[in-house]
Amino acid sequence: MPNATPEITLAAHNLSRSFGNRQVIHGVSLNLRRGEVLGLLGHNGAGKTTTLQMLTGCLLPDGAEENECSIEICGIDLLRQPMLAKAHIGYLPETPPLYRELSVDGYLTFAARLRGMKPGEAAEALARTKQRCGLESAGRKIIGTLSRGYQQRIGIAQAIIHRPAVIVLDEPTVGLDPTQIRDIRTLIRELGDSSSVILSTHLLGEVESVCDRVEIMQHGKLIYGDTSARMQRYGCIPGFIISLRNPPPLSELESIAGISSVEQISAMQFRVLHAPDANPRGALLTLAERQGWQLEQLTPLQATLEEVFAQITDAGIADEKNRNNMQDNQGPVRAEPFGKAQESLVEACTEATDALSLSPSTSSGRTGDLSPSTTAFSPELAEGSGRTGEEQ
Amino acid sequence: MIRLLALRELRSLFSMPSTWFALAVLQFIFAWFFLARLDAFLEIQPQLAQLANPPGVTITIAAPLFNTAALLLMMLTPMFTMRLIAEERRSQTLALLLSSPLSSRHIVLGKFFGLLVFLAVLMAGVPLMLYTLALGTALDHGLLLGNMLGLLLLTASFVAVGLYVSALTTQPVIAAIGALAALVGLWLADIGAAAEDSPWHLISPLNHFQNFNAGLLDSGDAAFFVLFSLFFLLLAMRRIHNNRIYG
Repeated sequence: MPNATPEITLAAHNLSRSFGNRQVIHGVSLNLRRGEVLGLLGHNGAGKTTTLQMLTGCLLPDGAEENECSIEICGIDLLRQPMLAKAHIGYLPETPPLYRELSVDGYLTFAARLRGMKPGEAAEALARTKQRCGLESAGRKIIGTLSRGYQQRIGIAQAIIHRPAVIVLDEPTVGLDPTQIRDIRTLIRELGDSSSVILSTHLLGEVESVCDRVEIMQHGKLIYGDTSARMQRYGCIPGFIISLRNPPPLSELESIAGISSVEQISAMQFRVLHAPDANPRGALLTLAERQGWQLEQLTPLQATLEEVFAQITDAGIADEKNRNNMQDNQGPVRAEPFGKAQESLVEACTEATDALSLSPSTSSGRTGDLSPSTTAFSPELAEGSGRTGEEQ
Repeated sequence: MIRLLALRELRSLFSMPSTWFALAVLQFIFAWFFLARLDAFLEIQPQLAQLANPPGVTITIAAPLFNTAALLLMMLTPMFTMRLIAEERRSQTLALLLSSPLSSRHIVLGKFFGLLVFLAVLMAGVPLMLYTLALGTALDHGLLLGNMLGLLLLTASFVAVGLYVSALTTQPVIAAIGALAALVGLWLADIGAAAEDSPWHLISPLNHFQNFNAGLLDSGDAAFFVLFSLFFLLLAMRRIHNNRIYG
């Protein structure tokens, strides 16, 4: 962060929206500062797209006329002065809004001019944006003939070509192959240095690798908001999956101190759960080496989005009173719905993984690395050294 | 902004092969009609010469040709207007326009003028063919200009109706059929109404074209076309605005 508190580029307050009788968004409030990447995490149908549509002016929130809600982009009221405010927004909807019959250059120039750029500026912006999105070679091609990955990149290019202060990306990596996902995540990180970015996603990993801050959305409400690093602790479960080439009987594994349950997944794979404050990995690895179980792989368990939701909502229920009070007091900034028990659980879990450095994903934060948080052991390594494995 | 949107519309139209195909086929049809009319005129010319005040070449060839063009246009305009907004909605490019610093007025007028310019180009073949007659004879320029102006105003009113219907739906096909039904409906109501002062005559664009077709410039007819187009354009703007409310 260059300045102590960068300016707020987007401030939305109390957004609600219903379609017919069904209310899909309930009083959502968001703040975004310059240089921040915010991840809007939630299942399909949680209301992410509707929220983003409201933030970009494609959809009016309920009660817009009665002043019940407000959206400010760089201090300009989007609902009162849409023309001025929208010049600062770049939006990539779920489906990239491409005119398939136009050439890439023609389309991007149109997008730039549409946001009020002069022809000279637009030409310069076109060259810069194409370079940034890796579209240099595609300039004259017709958009309809390009692959999905290219089309997604053109979609991002149209959203950033006019250098908006707020960039809104709705599921930017959906339908792309891993290399393209990595490229796009790197690009989003870069964009986050100069502008504010909101992206919606249903992938936990995406939030971990690109976002500074997370808001989790469920049934049209924001149920949790915190920094991405703290959110990741929720993704950690006290347990791991272990592969042994020469496995012992199940009871032998269960008898190791600290292990609460062992479940056999296949002939050589076991799911091991342990108490959050215990760390039986060291003991297990030493034993494995001594008994010749030939350890192949040890993977920390990663929670699914489902489980993270469950944890967060559980914490929320335990702490409901507390949270409600804090929400009332703080308005748009949501309180951290940690229960005491939850806090200690999470802390212990993080310590446990840090001690063994078995979980690159928790330590590396936002490297944009796609490698799963797996620590693979070669049998020789496990046998040869008495130490627990850190192959990197 | 309106110009930018109109140019985009034109560029999209001209980058589609179907547009060029339609252009080619229509020019062929117009040429066919023109030559058939010319042929008929040459056949009856000796008899016409015996009349005291014979009709000229312009009124015998140009007026029916423009009338045919007007009828063809009524069938054709929905094919071109159907894509204007329905297609944008279906392929979700409307989000680009709605999230850009544009008002619904820009969007609607941009599309309206874009297509109007295209249809003017499409129709330009008719007067061009007629002006080839100037090589051999004197033409009634007033009648030709009146017809051209009338045809342009008529096209504008057709485009406005088509644009509004296209703004109502997500399916271009429904937009096409809806606009065709509206235009043909107005025409049928007009020719079906027997009474001289039936209100159906008043609201039918093709009926108001008849004066232009006969070379009569009536400001009432011109005002009708302007108001008719404006009415549907305003409805279309309203619909685009409501898009933000109803999603």
